[in-house]
Amino acid sequence: MRTEAIWHRQWRAFRRNRRGLWSLYLFLVLFVVSLGAELVANDKPIAVRYQGELYWPVFQVYPETAFGGLFETEANYRDPYVRELIEEDGWMLWPPIRYSYDTINYELTVPAPAPPSAENWLGTDDQGRDVLARLIYGFRLSVLFGLILTVASSAIGIVVGALQGYYGGWLDLAGQRFLEIWSSMPILYLIIVISSFVVPGFWTLLVIMLLFSWMTLVDLVRAEFLRARNLDYVRAAQALGVRTPVILFRHMLPNAMVATLTYLPFVLNASVILLTSLDFIGFGLPPGAPSLGELLGQGKANLHAPWLGLSAFVTLALMLSLLVFVGEAVRDAFDPRKYHADAGERP
Amino acid sequence: MSLLRLRELSVWFDDPARPAVDRVSLDLDAGRMLALVGESGSGKSLTALSILDLLPGGAHRRARAIELDGDNVLDWPESRRRALRGGRIGTIFQEPLTALNPLHRVEKQIGEAIRVHQKLGGAAVRRRCLELLEQVDLPASEDMLARYPHQLSGGQRQRVMIAMALANDPQLLIADEPTTALDVTIQETILELLKRLQRERHLGVLLISHDLGLVGRFAEDVAVMHQGRVVEYGDTDRVLNRPEHDYTRHLLAAEPGGRPRPTATDAPVLLRAEQLEMHFSGRRRGWLGARETVAAVDGVSFDLRRGETLGVVGESGSGKSTLALILLRLIRARGKVVLLDQSLDTLSGRALRPWRKHMQVVFQDPYGSLNPRLTVHQAVEEGLRVHHKSLNADQRAERVRALLAEVGLPADSGDRYPHEFSGGQRQRIAIARALILEPDLLILDEPTSALDRSVQAQVLALLKDLQQRRGLSYLFISHDLKVVRAISHRLLVMRHGKVIEHGDTERVFEAPEQAYTRRLIEAAFNRDGKQAVAQ
Repeated sequence: MRTEAIWHRQWRAFRRNRRGLWSLYLFLVLFVVSLGAELVANDKPIAVRYQGELYWPVFQVYPETAFGGLFETEANYRDPYVRELIEEDGWMLWPPIRYSYDTINYELTVPAPAPPSAENWLGTDDQGRDVLARLIYGFRLSVLFGLILTVASSAIGIVVGALQGYYGGWLDLAGQRFLEIWSSMPILYLIIVISSFVVPGFWTLLVIMLLFSWMTLVDLVRAEFLRARNLDYVRAAQALGVRTPVILFRHMLPNAMVATLTYLPFVLNASVILLTSLDFIGFGLPPGAPSLGELLGQGKANLHAPWLGLSAFVTLALMLSLLVFVGEAVRDAFDPRKYHADAGERP
Repeated sequence: MSLLRLRELSVWFDDPARPAVDRVSLDLDAGRMLALVGESGSGKSLTALSILDLLPGGAHRRARAIELDGDNVLDWPESRRRALRGGRIGTIFQEPLTALNPLHRVEKQIGEAIRVHQKLGGAAVRRRCLELLEQVDLPASEDMLARYPHQLSGGQRQRVMIAMALANDPQLLIADEPTTALDVTIQETILELLKRLQRERHLGVLLISHDLGLVGRFAEDVAVMHQGRVVEYGDTDRVLNRPEHDYTRHLLAAEPGGRPRPTATDAPVLLRAEQLEMHFSGRRRGWLGARETVAAVDGVSFDLRRGETLGVVGESGSGKSTLALILLRLIRARGKVVLLDQSLDTLSGRALRPWRKHMQVVFQDPYGSLNPRLTVHQAVEEGLRVHHKSLNADQRAERVRALLAEVGLPADSGDRYPHEFSGGQRQRIAIARALILEPDLLILDEPTSALDRSVQAQVLALLKDLQQRRGLSYLFISHDLKVVRAISHRLLVMRHGKVIEHGDTERVFEAPEQAYTRRLIEAAFNRDGKQAVAQ
């Protein structure tokens, strides 16, 4: 037990939950893979060797003329003409999936949406775009959006909650009343209204959602700080003359973080769901963006093409379940009864 | 035949070779009170819980016999044993606030115990509840039945607990530290009640306590437990007055004694408090009515000289702890606090900071007063970081090490976390944290109340020692008059926020002026078991 930080014990308690641990690993693998989506699913080859020289089309733009073509515009590597030009004097290394999220497969032999085939493993959507490619990019976008929103809204929520809880009194009273009014705004309708006069992009959508989502943690952190400010070690620090910000961040926040961290996976889930539902009803990300909600919407509009709805559903269900399992394991890890029991077992 | 007969009861958690209760054998006759005494961790509560089949998870029990009225309970099926609890065996726990359901009225709390074991109708249950209230000296009124636990005082809650335990006419009453959470004067009345019930109903009472004074006054038999074993067992008078075992002697010697070392009478005044006053605003009368105010501290004045200890005594709610917070300027109050000829109440936050190093504090709860996420070194050095910014990390570490050694902690303490230390060691850490700034005044708010008697004695000895060496002044707040007498030069008796008596400690103890002071002193000292065993 010597010199062992509480964090170590919590990590051990976390690992005790096998399901949570495997969920975390699986989620991390999926997330890392999707971060490199450009290398997994792209309509440009990763590397091209032409006339003894190496080209990296994924990272750099080369005009068609570089490969002996006619146009000054970027080479379209899927064009049979360009392909022939390159393969005459070199080779191309393609990603496993030769479609990006917005690549339209013009060579479909059946009307879009096309069913799964050797070329499009999960079929295409109703505009002839590869479903699997869109899923990979959509997964990345959803998770990144959720993560940024979670981190930003937690940061704001923790600061507001901490100040309210520590100072109490009028600040707390005013803050609570503001929260009550602000949280009664109908977020979904507000976003629908706003998006009718601005076309929302990734960041505008993020800011709009942030305006409302920071409130989740305020009450929790506030309650923790209200409790903690009367603890003897906080009083002792005050009596030592320690500055307020130091007391807040050194003595109170780490102990309040327990309750807060427990919530984070669920906040992340809620953010992802909110983005998906907005996309589903068509008020989310701009048209063309890879989005799980939009794919779900297509599935609903094309019931004769079940691969659309099924793919989106399985992806969403998998992602949300993994996050919930991780969240449960985190909750267990921070449950002092569990990690103290764990400590007690050791000799 | 004895009412309860335990033979070779053992309880262990992981390793049968290291039992928490080790082959305990006890006998309790009807109409007698047997006290199990010992320090925390001695296994006294586990012994009681294993009679009730209420051991915590992970605990294992083995016994040759647990007999109730000659019947070996161990042979009974689980369902029959369960019926014992609240039936033939009544139980009273230490903390009545947590033992009572906060959402149930008194009637439901008591009535539930009756309903579970007896088939009675609503009106009969209510009649029985009123009877029980009367027996435990509570007003047997509808009003009392309709109250919630938070509307009762600590003593009243404990009486409700006792009424619940009596609801089904038990033969055996197990009282696990029934008065530890209560004020001394109330402790007295609760035990008198238990004693009366024991005699009237011919009950066997198993009293678990760490308070030898209390035990000596009320119990007929005593079993002293140490590290899971009964080391001495017998008639109270004999055990407490002619102890045979070293550990019993050690426990008896740990009762606080001795007197403070005298101080120079012409020492300069370090701290002067003038007319301190602080009100909590209570409930508003109606929507626009004025708020009722409750005076937490009301017109308190005193001087404290260098090297002197001023004891502050009073029961809970008397304003002692609020006084400490006011002096530390952790809460604002009216009145004047003058430290080293500087009036603190005119200073604002920033200007006050340099003055804080002259005055430090140690709190009661050794578990709550240290941040669980800081190592001992980090906790102790914090004051240096604030007030001695010029010191580098090595110099700070050097000072922390020296101080940890001075308060009697092992050399490697600095790298460890608070949860690795015992209560007494934690209190030493808290003292080190306060002393690192070399203050002139230490405010000690019940510093020994949460500790076992023998640990208490060590901490008191440390405090006296530090006072001698460093010329410290103490403001020593406590409800325990024995401890206060052992350390204070002068005494301040508080009640309802007011100082009702103020003077030299010995003068106050020898000739108290107020009836209230006299009651406090009697409650604290009259139960020195060495004098009288209640008959």
